[in-house]
Amino acid sequence: MISRITRQGQDRSEFLVVLFLLALGVLVLVDAARLHSGVGQREPVGPQAVPFLVGGLLVVTAVLLARDILRGGHGEPEGGEDVDLSHGNDWQALLLLSAAFLANIALIERAGWPISGAVLFFGCAYALGSRHFVRDPIIALVLSIGTWYLFVLGLGIGLPVGILKGIL
Amino acid sequence: MGGLSELVGGFYTAVTPINLLYALIGVLLGTAIGVLPGIGPAMAIALLLPLTYGIDDPVSAFIMFAGIYYGGMYGGSTTSILLNTPGESASIVTAIEGNKMAKRGRAAQALATAAIGSFIAGTIGTLLVALLAPGIARLAVQLGSPDYFAVMVLAFVAVTSILGASRVRGFASLLIGLTIGLVGIDLGVSGQQRLTFGIPQLADGIDVIVVAVGLFAVGEALWVAAHLRRQTASLISTGRVRMERADWARSWKPWLRGTALGFPFGAVPAGGAELPTFLSYVTEKKLSKHPEEFGHGAIEGVAGPEATNNASAAGGLVPLLTLGLPTTATAAVLLAAFQQYGIQPGPRLLENEPKLVWGLLASLLIGNAILLVLNLPLAPMWAKLLHIPRPYLYAGILFFACLGAYAVNASTVDLILLFLIGVVGFVMRRYGLPVVPAIIGVILGPRAEVQMRRALQISDGDLSGLFNTTFSVTVYAVIAVLVLWPLVNRFVVRPRRQRRAPDGAERWPAADALPGEPAQDGERVWSVPEARTGDDATVDAPAARPLDSASLPDEPDPRQQEKP
Repeated sequence: MISRITRQGQDRSEFLVVLFLLALGVLVLVDAARLHSGVGQREPVGPQAVPFLVGGLLVVTAVLLARDILRGGHGEPEGGEDVDLSHGNDWQALLLLSAAFLANIALIERAGWPISGAVLFFGCAYALGSRHFVRDPIIALVLSIGTWYLFVLGLGIGLPVGILKGIL
Repeated sequence: MGGLSELVGGFYTAVTPINLLYALIGVLLGTAIGVLPGIGPAMAIALLLPLTYGIDDPVSAFIMFAGIYYGGMYGGSTTSILLNTPGESASIVTAIEGNKMAKRGRAAQALATAAIGSFIAGTIGTLLVALLAPGIARLAVQLGSPDYFAVMVLAFVAVTSILGASRVRGFASLLIGLTIGLVGIDLGVSGQQRLTFGIPQLADGIDVIVVAVGLFAVGEALWVAAHLRRQTASLISTGRVRMERADWARSWKPWLRGTALGFPFGAVPAGGAELPTFLSYVTEKKLSKHPEEFGHGAIEGVAGPEATNNASAAGGLVPLLTLGLPTTATAAVLLAAFQQYGIQPGPRLLENEPKLVWGLLASLLIGNAILLVLNLPLAPMWAKLLHIPRPYLYAGILFFACLGAYAVNASTVDLILLFLIGVVGFVMRRYGLPVVPAIIGVILGPRAEVQMRRALQISDGDLSGLFNTTFSVTVYAVIAVLVLWPLVNRFVVRPRRQRRAPDGAERWPAADALPGEPAQDGERVWSVPEARTGDDATVDAPAARPLDSASLPDEPDPRQQEKP
């Protein structure tokens, strides 16, 4: 039933996968072309053989996939109980989620995990539609500070402490 | 007696207070994480992996893993039954009858037969691993590079052509995985960097944990975020988990049959649990005294597939421990866990790390028992976890995914990679590319390359070096059958079957994908999940049905609707 709902307008965007495979294949082939066997080393199969094979197969697969799509084949979007496929991608949620993720990357070594992790959790929860502006930050901070203590004290794995150095 | 005496030795390793504690923590955490909707055992292990970084003794770490492994599997079946949310494709069949039972108010019995069936299958399966592994390892020691390469090619072909219905998409996924596996310094003598683009952190390759967490956890979270169902699905509450005498009488045979069916499928490096769980379902339906209950919540339809699933998971340990060959996503993540500790599973593992292997097998048995004792009374509590608000669930998945990926190397580059791989995982879900072939490709690709180059080194570049042993030729013959089967099917089997059963809808599609199985005429249309249509390589393969249409068996073949 999912297939019938999502059928409209899907076929063209499916060629993005073809383009992706094609680009990846060309990238692998170009990278392989600059490789050379070690100087003076006897090796019947050098470091470039497998990349050439994988790159070539990527290009071939891209062509086969294009042919498949033209013949009416399509990839079934993955279903699930939390997944509602009756509407298109929720781009706002995706962008907010990505922003939270990238904020964590930018902050983790500057501000430390207790801050960046909390930003990550709160940002993701907000992106997914949670609007509890008291409860959410508290949960986020408890999680990030709790995991910081768990990892640093309990497991002996260093996580960046950042600007909270001396407080935690 | 095979490895049974060593297994007793393994209990000495496992039954120390601290290791028992690790097993208990593993079971509890594994169940708690596995019960969460959308998290299968593979993702549960990948997310919990960082917790073991702090454990210095690999034996203790693996004892904890054993608990997480079975705990995650059990948690997954709870979710399937109560929420109709299979965390992995292998528990999809359980979800069908299990959820129907739950809706009829028999959730407690469904959970009980799943738990006890899992326990029996897991115990028998683990004992079989202990019996078989030493012998297979002795044989495997004699295998050379061409043989290993052939087996890995078999794993590649099997994972792309048996599981999904679209071979092209499965193959594309495999190639994406192989490409990720290429990144880093060449393992051969040349030592050149491949696909690193001058980024020093890429020289060691992309960590398998980052790939697994990225594809499974981040990809899943992004995918769900884009399509989050605004009202949560209806949830069925459960009382105390128990079974009546009649339930026992109807369950014990399916448990044993499921075990017998699941173990060999798990043990051959071409498997996964999808096919055997499905076969178990069909078998139980055929043999049941109450076939009319199937589709409305038959207990045999839970007992059989669930036992099959666990036996197959145990069987999967045989190729993993003796050949270093993962056959499922969960096994692939376990292999990554081994590699984190610098342990390479393979024929020498039993000799080199006997304490680890036997301790692991003993803890699997212990973990299984803890699971049964703990989870029958705790089931209502686990069921409460299903109420977790979805924003927190997926925010939490991303939170722990970042934590785990960062903890591997304490590098933000890994977080950037995690995000990019997550985006790839999102695109794969969107366009129906299965994720498992990619994981298998990342893990096995580099090793297949090493074996291939070694084989060709020995033969001095002569291609015959790849198939100059009886074993490798045999494996290639099996591969040829798998690859050519759709053609045989198209020109030989299908025309014959159509003469026998002119109504194309009245047949069992998965029979097409299974060499050597008789056609199941008269079975209603049923589907292997993730099946797709229109792929030219599988025009004759299973009719594609989304999961929820399994309850509408009388619909016509979708191909007739989709191709005007």
